[in-house]
Amino acid sequence: MSGDAAGLGKGRATAFVLPALVLITVFLIFPALWTIYLGLTDYRLTGLSAANPRIVGLDNYTGALGDPRFRTSLWLTLLYVGGSAIVGQAGLGFALAWILRSRTGAVSRLVEGVVLLSWILPSTVVGFLWFALLDRDDGTLNALLHTPGFAWLLDHPLLSIIVFNVWRGTAFSMMLYSAALENVPPSHLETARLADAGVPQQLRDVVFPRIRRHVLTNLLLISLWTFNDFTPFVLTGGGPEGRSEILPVYVYRVALRDGELGVGAAISFLILLINLVFALAYLRLLRGRNGRREIAAAGGPHT
Amino acid sequence: MIRHTLGRLTATVFLALVLAFFTLPMLWLASAPFDDTPRITTSVPEFTLNNFAAILDNPYALGSIRNSLIQGGGAAVLVVVLAALAAYALSRVRVPGRDVLLYLLLLLSSVVTGTAAMVPVFELATRLDLIDTHLGVILVVSGGLLPAAIFILKDFMDETPTTYEESARVFGATPLQIMRHIVVPLVRPGLATIAVWALASVWGGFLFQFILLRDPEKAPGSVILYTLYTEGGAPRLDLISTFSLLYSLPVVAMYLFVSQRYGFRFHGGIKA
Amino acid sequence: MRLSVCLHVLNREADMRSPSRPAVIGAITVLALTSCGTGTDSGGGSVTLTIAANSISGGKNSESADWITKWVIPEFQKAHPNVKVTFQPSGVDDEQYKTKISLDLKSKTGADVIDLDGIWVGEFAQAGYIKPLAEVGGAAVEQWEGWSQIPQAVQGLGIFDGKKYGLPQGTDGRVLFYNKTLFKKAGLPEPWQPTSWQEIIDAGTRLKAAGVPVPIQLNAGTAMGEATTMQGVLPLLAGAGSEIYTAGKWTGDSQAMRDALGLYQQIYGGSGLGDPKLQQEAKGRDKSFARFAEGEIGILAESDYFWRSVVEPTAGVAPMKDRDQVVGYTKIPAKRPGGGIRGQDHVSMSGGAVRVLNPFSKNPGPAWELLAFMHSAAATKSELAGQVRISSRTDVNDEVLTADPMLRYIAEEVLPITAYRPGVAVYPQVSTALQEATAAVVSGGSAAEASAAYQTKLEGLVGGAANIGG
Repeated sequence: MSGDAAGLGKGRATAFVLPALVLITVFLIFPALWTIYLGLTDYRLTGLSAANPRIVGLDNYTGALGDPRFRTSLWLTLLYVGGSAIVGQAGLGFALAWILRSRTGAVSRLVEGVVLLSWILPSTVVGFLWFALLDRDDGTLNALLHTPGFAWLLDHPLLSIIVFNVWRGTAFSMMLYSAALENVPPSHLETARLADAGVPQQLRDVVFPRIRRHVLTNLLLISLWTFNDFTPFVLTGGGPEGRSEILPVYVYRVALRDGELGVGAAISFLILLINLVFALAYLRLLRGRNGRREIAAAGGPHT
Repeated sequence: MIRHTLGRLTATVFLALVLAFFTLPMLWLASAPFDDTPRITTSVPEFTLNNFAAILDNPYALGSIRNSLIQGGGAAVLVVVLAALAAYALSRVRVPGRDVLLYLLLLLSSVVTGTAAMVPVFELATRLDLIDTHLGVILVVSGGLLPAAIFILKDFMDETPTTYEESARVFGATPLQIMRHIVVPLVRPGLATIAVWALASVWGGFLFQFILLRDPEKAPGSVILYTLYTEGGAPRLDLISTFSLLYSLPVVAMYLFVSQRYGFRFHGGIKA
Repeated sequence: MRLSVCLHVLNREADMRSPSRPAVIGAITVLALTSCGTGTDSGGGSVTLTIAANSISGGKNSESADWITKWVIPEFQKAHPNVKVTFQPSGVDDEQYKTKISLDLKSKTGADVIDLDGIWVGEFAQAGYIKPLAEVGGAAVEQWEGWSQIPQAVQGLGIFDGKKYGLPQGTDGRVLFYNKTLFKKAGLPEPWQPTSWQEIIDAGTRLKAAGVPVPIQLNAGTAMGEATTMQGVLPLLAGAGSEIYTAGKWTGDSQAMRDALGLYQQIYGGSGLGDPKLQQEAKGRDKSFARFAEGEIGILAESDYFWRSVVEPTAGVAPMKDRDQVVGYTKIPAKRPGGGIRGQDHVSMSGGAVRVLNPFSKNPGPAWELLAFMHSAAATKSELAGQVRISSRTDVNDEVLTADPMLRYIAEEVLPITAYRPGVAVYPQVSTALQEATAAVVSGGSAAEASAAYQTKLEGLVGGAANIGG
């Protein structure tokens, strides 16, 4: 990694990066900075403020932070990201990758297939699928559990969208960890097994040190994506009474339904900052014990 | 040995549960399109193919799937090519602060894909005269997808061994040749994954496609799906379920093709 | 500019003339061809006009889309050989359509004749997105024959600050629908003509005793969106003698508001007269339609849309083959006789769409001609073609509505007592606050608490208590 194996040189390397950089500058950085600027104004989609937006400084930010609905929404989002992405997707994804790594049968391929299918189905379609599953009157789930009339989406809205998102997004973590586990030499695991190390011990001592980077990448990406995931809107519309109104839904309501684009832009930037905090936390957690673990890994499975 | 057998048994039960959990929600897609009077619930259908006839009567339905292929396929190709080039260069040449920069871009992409960025994106497209063009949609969505694609691909290019590249270089291969004949084959499954991921992300997208396009002949399936409602906002379930099924098929077909052809992994065949 | 983008792409293709990349080149060529090759040809005409509407053939409001493409465009082009007319359909959620139109007008582009919900006229005018018709279309506007055919109240849909911004397309009215079969079962009279809120509650109680699962469906909560405001809070508020916005002041935590929310509390606060869960579900309104059609709901407040498009025997969303025999309708009573706005015994609310001219149109004169043409008697009759609904024109209504007693009832009995929403930019947020107040009651809160919380929110929205009336 450190050398320049292909002999790119600065010039050619720049040429390789340039097309992506141009596209990103024009269609990402520029509109993103513009959006952040809008967050400092009282800009609206229609009405008087659409004609003459004024700079209001940090009013949108103080307004949002002072709004109990925003704080509720933030808290719900943290639970949603923690429950569905960090615990759910990453956990289930790793479990699947771990179990499927040594299996090649038809069942394993089928499992892998449906997990991936739930990831690639259009988001507009999956909303209807989950309605059919969780509907209170005669949803498939109530029919299976013999719980007629149980309103999953109304009585447990947050849990419903968490489970939904685990279903929706586990595939990514599964694929990433499958690839990562290929970096773990089977011989090391065999050695550990012979030394009578249980699975948790194998994971901690042999596997984790080798896939730490992938864990970091995975957590960074799925947290960010889940933080910005609008799909639960199709399922609950943020309700009942905002009990599943995660931040992207809150932004949608503020920016599109209420037309307050300035406030919506400010909240988008707040989401960015929160993600930054998440990223720093992950880095600290996973790099903090960097040295010690690496030495342990180099020394073999025994500690 | 007993522990091992027990472990396998637990794993099998676990896999069965996972299979049930992931299959259950998909039942509706298998039953409703064939139901004479589909409801929001899954039921044994009163079998009919009328719904397919009805959706074919919709003047935009089939064309919209073609449009989705153009926009999704275009974005997937663009994202894979540009991200692979950039990720390779960033992986092989040391640029100070590249990881931080890449992560900042990733963060910005979350702002741009949100509702609040709609006005800047629209105005930008207007000024570049990209309104109502497939190209406009492709460029805008690609801008949002690229950082994550580069981020993932770079991570995996970092792990491919550089020894082959060094020897190829000794034999006088140009960097582009090295990239094409050595690096791409090594990370091909990863590229395929990114392509499917990009396609699937664009496939379900609604808001930007809707505001950027004017002519319904260019609208993708996700926009047309939203029109299958009545005046009062009630969904036409017969049309929606049938169209959902048809609309999902191309992505599933692409996934099957890719997994057959390249395997479906971030990278494969490289054992440390 | 568009051309140069295309050339740019084609150049990229040329640069990558490397045989081993056929897939990439193929894809990029496809891009180039599809984004540039299929430009819209403007036929032989020297003037091109575009109509935008939230309707699409084969989808939402497809009748209206078909009318534009199959009648308006050919007929208008026949009369104006030098003009070419195109149609830009949408057919999505109203909020999304509104967003798209706003973006178009903000960048001074967009169609020449545009469909808008009447309630958006004020905020669009304030934003400078639309101008009074006479300013855009010229002197011809005031001389139009159609003005004398549109009742003043209906014209109000397109009026802001005393100026006419749009031509109304038609209107609607809200009534109470009831299931006659269930009423018979509960021993209730037919026709049913309640004269006070108490009579609604009494009927609900009798229905409940007769085993009707949901005696009363009065839309509530945020999931129902504007349907809660239009079919619920505002008619009740009017029945308690108050409008949401009069003489520059909003209605806050007043006696009328507490009365309106009080009725919600009577229905949803444990009496079993309504189904609170149905109000919270994301698809609750669709479900309420289905359950009414299945004979599980006794009384339901809705607009004539319910009659025309929901329980309509053949093409409805929740069709009832025996609609004409089973479904009854009656005016919404005031809290007590004479207690409604303007001292009325009964009340209603109305809305409706309008068509406006794009002030940035390159051909404002012909655009007005097209707009006026779309609102001529002949065009209006053709627009209705077969389906019965209330148009904006008295001459057409007189002819068409004879076919349907329900819509005649709306035109003759309900429209004279109806009221309209205020067309100002902040209204949608006030509406949301009202929906949240009903949601609080439905989930067990008291009317007084909900009303007080609403007052607090309202103050934040409209700029302080000074803008709120008693």
